[in-house]
Amino acid sequence: MSRPQIAVSAAGGLGSLQQTRSRVGEKLIRAVLVAAAAVSILTTFGIVISVVVPTIEFFSEVSVTDFLFGTVWTPLFADGQFGVLPLVTGTLVITAIAVVVALPLGLGAAVYLSEYASDRSRRVLKPTLELLAGIPTVVFGFFALEFVTQMLLVRIFPDIDIFNALSAGLVMGVMIIPTIASLSEDAMAAVPSGLRDGSYALGSTKRQTAMKVVIPAALSGIVAAFVLGISRAIGETMIVTIAAGLEPNLSLNPLQGMQTMTSYIAAAGSGDLSTGSIEYKSIFAVGFLLFVMTFLMNMVSIRLVRRYRQAYQ
Amino acid sequence: MTAQSLVVATAPLDLAGSGQPLKDRAFRWMLFAALTVGVVTLAVLIAYVTIKGWPRLNSTLWTNMPSIRRPERAGAQSAITGTLWVISFTAIFALPTGILAALYLEEFARPNSRFQRLVEINIQNLAAVPSIVYGILGLAVFARALALGQSVITAALTLSLLILPIIIISTREALRAVPRNIRDGSLALGATEWQTASRQTLPAAIPGIATGVILSLSRAVGEAAPLLLLGAVTFITFNPTGPLSGYTTLPIQIFNWTKDSREEFQILASATIVLLLVLLLVMNFVAIWIRNRTQKRW
Repeated sequence: MSRPQIAVSAAGGLGSLQQTRSRVGEKLIRAVLVAAAAVSILTTFGIVISVVVPTIEFFSEVSVTDFLFGTVWTPLFADGQFGVLPLVTGTLVITAIAVVVALPLGLGAAVYLSEYASDRSRRVLKPTLELLAGIPTVVFGFFALEFVTQMLLVRIFPDIDIFNALSAGLVMGVMIIPTIASLSEDAMAAVPSGLRDGSYALGSTKRQTAMKVVIPAALSGIVAAFVLGISRAIGETMIVTIAAGLEPNLSLNPLQGMQTMTSYIAAAGSGDLSTGSIEYKSIFAVGFLLFVMTFLMNMVSIRLVRRYRQAYQ
Repeated sequence: MTAQSLVVATAPLDLAGSGQPLKDRAFRWMLFAALTVGVVTLAVLIAYVTIKGWPRLNSTLWTNMPSIRRPERAGAQSAITGTLWVISFTAIFALPTGILAALYLEEFARPNSRFQRLVEINIQNLAAVPSIVYGILGLAVFARALALGQSVITAALTLSLLILPIIIISTREALRAVPRNIRDGSLALGATEWQTASRQTLPAAIPGIATGVILSLSRAVGEAAPLLLLGAVTFITFNPTGPLSGYTTLPIQIFNWTKDSREEFQILASATIVLLLVLLLVMNFVAIWIRNRTQKRW
């Protein structure tokens, strides 16, 4: 076997230690690795194609304006109507409740962990909070229906529906606290300590430093965390399917039951629909809308994270 | 007070002024309260399901099959075996693909090449796609187009795509933690890129990879939404017999029992939730144990 040749020229840069002559086996292995990496791209293509094709067929039967601006969603009726607004408002009402819960609590937890907690208490508190992120959503759904609605909310609001947007939103808010706290804390940890020291040197207290220096400096990362949290809430399925009911309801009253885009997909998709039917295609049309909404938010979030990474690293 | 904190200014924390002590203390307590809300909710949730499910937390839970007519004797055996089947196949599909993809991105791809950047941003986005959308993909592609039907294999393929981004991201982090000079040393001795990756970098990163893999599998264990579209909802009172067999899983069984408003089923659902949480907790502890035990200081 001939001795492998090694390029030692300094001009080679980072890869200068690598062999100059490649072997057939290496090329084959490389191809396998590229294929593995390409699976993720294929997945995205798979999602887009499997959602878009039936959606186009759907829109050959239902007009886009009827779908986007219609206020009645009765796909399973003989003369079904496909106005998606009730599902969208249901999604937004529940998401809004979740956001009201999760933004202050998530941000507060992040500021505490990043600015106040000692290293030792952070090592205990952070994983404990992240345990919340590991609880299956079906368990949160059960908790929302059985505990939050039936043991708490019925006592406060006697005329609340058993299936209601409020309990789903509250529990969903708790569910996304770790997402928001964890990403915001990362962003605050990336703020150089020089900025804090400068603020202290001017006589500010910890609170003033946190509010007026650290949070503004980490803002793009914090906004990224918020956006990702909201995207999670919009896409969450099990909590709303279990606790918010399955009645499309064009209403802003959180004490009523509502169907969301995700819970419609779950409910219709778990039935035995024939492939060509309009009801079957409606799953994909709603799925397409959901995918587009969450995709845009995820992209915004990814961009914002890049921005603060570039600024401080 | 101010003078004192200036004297012990070795730690940066002590530099803070103490202008408005009352406001500052209130602020600190508010932050701490924000942190505790999540933790307290978690504690209440665990206490609630444990107390409620207590009467059914016995061996009938895993020796008996689900039953509609006799909730007092129903168990979750088919859901337990179904979960094991689905997760085993998910691991078989997702582990090699995820680890090889991460190896490519971290060790082989030219940094900042167009393909690498495309894959990277794509993975970040896939990690945040709602799980129900993966269910739609599984329904259209695996269940119907490939005619795999409502089977263990359809569920496993769908879940493996779902956790692939998590495996790739955590494996890359583990690979990145291996110092550069180990690779350089190997390459300098004449090893090829693949020899370096497979005999040096990968073995050194295995503890980190194992931790990430277990955590991502635990995500798949608890996942229910995509499986709703993949036929797991049908009433299953048998253990899977093969990859093309019908199945149910623990989260799906919990969901089915939650839908039935009879009190016995709520108790059964609570007991099954405890079982599921214990399973997840064990997986998490193993992951953390591996990480702490084998943490190497380079």
